[in-house]
Amino acid sequence: MVHNDIHATPAAGHRLIVGRDGLDALIAALRGEGYAVIGPRVRDGAIAYEPVDSTADLPIGVIDEQNGGHYRLNTGPEETLFGYTVGPHSWKRALYPPRQSLWTAARDAEKGFTIEKPDGTPPRQAFLGVRPCELRALGIHDRVFGVQPHDAGHGAQQFTDQGYAARRAEAFVVAVNCGRAGGTCFCTSMGGGPQAEGGYDLAVTEINRNGWHDFLVEAGSEHGRAILDTLPGRRAEVYDVQAAQAVTDAARGQMGRAMVPDVADLLAKNLEHPRWAEVAKRCLSCANCTMVCPTCFCSTMEDVTDLTGERTERVRRWDSCFTLDFSYIHGGSIRQSTASRYRQWITHKLSTWHEQFGTSGCVGCGRCITWCPVGIDITEEARAIHDSTRGTAGGTPEGTNEGRA
Amino acid sequence: MDGTLPTRVNASPAPAPDPMDTRPFRIVRRIAEVDGCFTLHLRSLDGRPLVYQPGQFNMLYAFGTGEVAISISGDCRDLTTLVHTIREVGTVTKALAKLKVGDVVGVRGPFGRAWPIEEAYGNDILFVTGTIGLAPLRPLIHEVLHRREHFGKVVICYGSRGTHDILYEKDLHRWRGRFDLQVHVTVHSAPSGYRGRVGSVANLVKIARFDPEHTTAYVCRSETMTRPAVQALHERGVTSDRIYVTLERNMKCGVGFCGHCQMGGSFMCKDGPVYRYDTIEDIFTVREL
Repeated sequence: MVHNDIHATPAAGHRLIVGRDGLDALIAALRGEGYAVIGPRVRDGAIAYEPVDSTADLPIGVIDEQNGGHYRLNTGPEETLFGYTVGPHSWKRALYPPRQSLWTAARDAEKGFTIEKPDGTPPRQAFLGVRPCELRALGIHDRVFGVQPHDAGHGAQQFTDQGYAARRAEAFVVAVNCGRAGGTCFCTSMGGGPQAEGGYDLAVTEINRNGWHDFLVEAGSEHGRAILDTLPGRRAEVYDVQAAQAVTDAARGQMGRAMVPDVADLLAKNLEHPRWAEVAKRCLSCANCTMVCPTCFCSTMEDVTDLTGERTERVRRWDSCFTLDFSYIHGGSIRQSTASRYRQWITHKLSTWHEQFGTSGCVGCGRCITWCPVGIDITEEARAIHDSTRGTAGGTPEGTNEGRA
Repeated sequence: MDGTLPTRVNASPAPAPDPMDTRPFRIVRRIAEVDGCFTLHLRSLDGRPLVYQPGQFNMLYAFGTGEVAISISGDCRDLTTLVHTIREVGTVTKALAKLKVGDVVGVRGPFGRAWPIEEAYGNDILFVTGTIGLAPLRPLIHEVLHRREHFGKVVICYGSRGTHDILYEKDLHRWRGRFDLQVHVTVHSAPSGYRGRVGSVANLVKIARFDPEHTTAYVCRSETMTRPAVQALHERGVTSDRIYVTLERNMKCGVGFCGHCQMGGSFMCKDGPVYRYDTIEDIFTVREL
């Protein structure tokens, strides 16, 4: 359900105001149901998604500072639990692990070899702190991995990634709305925003009213509602909902970046633009952007054989279109130059993704900008092409990059 | 994104077989072909045939080494035997080359779009190919000959580098003997005294007898050689919407998950490898795409 208009649905029963103890009760309830609760924690000076036991594990009072090639964690003025935005991790790690064993095989005198598949039982995972942009990224992966049918893709057969589908079906999603936008955030110009619009079991908004610190919790599924009913708290009133709305409204006005409008068509028409060579002078083709991107899904296969040569394992692991190997066929690689690899990444993300999955591949989270070691900025590259073709200098275009499908 | 993300995804593990599972097939025959190529005749160990259409490919797995995308080269009406012709080039194909009759390979597939056939009913048929490009085209040639009455003239234009690397030479001879088939063979270079045709495949397109306005052309060449072939067809008056080409990219999964085979907005494994030329004409000439 999309509920942009928060006043459209009655608050009774489905929205609760809880304190920090309410969130601890939520974590305990999820653990009681057998979930491993994964949430944000500080690790190595960054926000990482790791198992959490209670709210004490969350990055209390931590605020992040992000810019092109720049990431710092600072201590903020308040004891917030969710004062930061997104770090280098995304939830694709949990649903589409960086390294997955597909099967092992052993030599067999009679049958050549026999194949053994790993136990397909998916882990029961609860994600605490899924940001609205990340919810959209999950929705995009649902299409990529064939869990959510769509009309795009030239009518080709759609396959389902069974590992992803199983993990996704098990996952419990606790979204957290954003009260702050980071320096590299641009979700509003990608058709999103700092407020979750569905795709969650529960959504949390952290509200700070003159030192009074509490959380609006909303249910988005039957399961979420059942858990919500067990939490200690009080029924949310209209003024609570308004306070929560003010929180996300504030974030909406703080976007550090903006994507130019109609970027899908713009890039499709400029495959031979001189800017590709320009950005290639700076791009290290290190693949950082593809690793931190919550929607990048490319993978490769590895076959690992033991020393006897009798047993082998087939492993699927994340890959990146920035490597020379990626496009290798007999005779050489298709994309030899860094320019062509950068073009592949950005045109896929912002343009051809629509053809394949009926949606942009970009949610405007800004990770690729922050974690680029040389600070290459996807919005700046798109704008450079935009400006060169339209003769406009700057301006802040409003979001018109919503789905074209 | 249309904004209507479901609050809960209804995704139970699908009962369909996992597209990543490979099936064991035994090598029942191995034929050494020209130019580092070899043909494997495979039979499934589980007794279930692999049903495919001309133009589709399989992911062949060599134990412990890896997988490689190889088009199917047999007659798709013969479900007892799966035929693959492979050139020994990379790690996996070299491992496959070492296998003997009785050894087992893994097979995943079939994947990809087939050559359309019904669309060409009533037309003349032109096959434009060279060297190992005949391998992915052979199932289509078989099928066109099975349905011979639906077509006008049928022409095969084949080119190889020299006189000793003509793939499926026996087939070409047999086809040449048919009265309802034109077979033109050219070589790029030949020893003195060679009495066949020397030159490019594009030149064969120029001399072949067909009605350009009512012809469907199937081109299976390397990407660089596809361009002159298409150009020759255009010059004869065969329009892009009646030219089918097949392309090649790195493939790891075959089902659109790994991302390696993208060309513009298409996944070659699902949307290709066969394309109607007018659907890719705009991006086909963009380098390094």
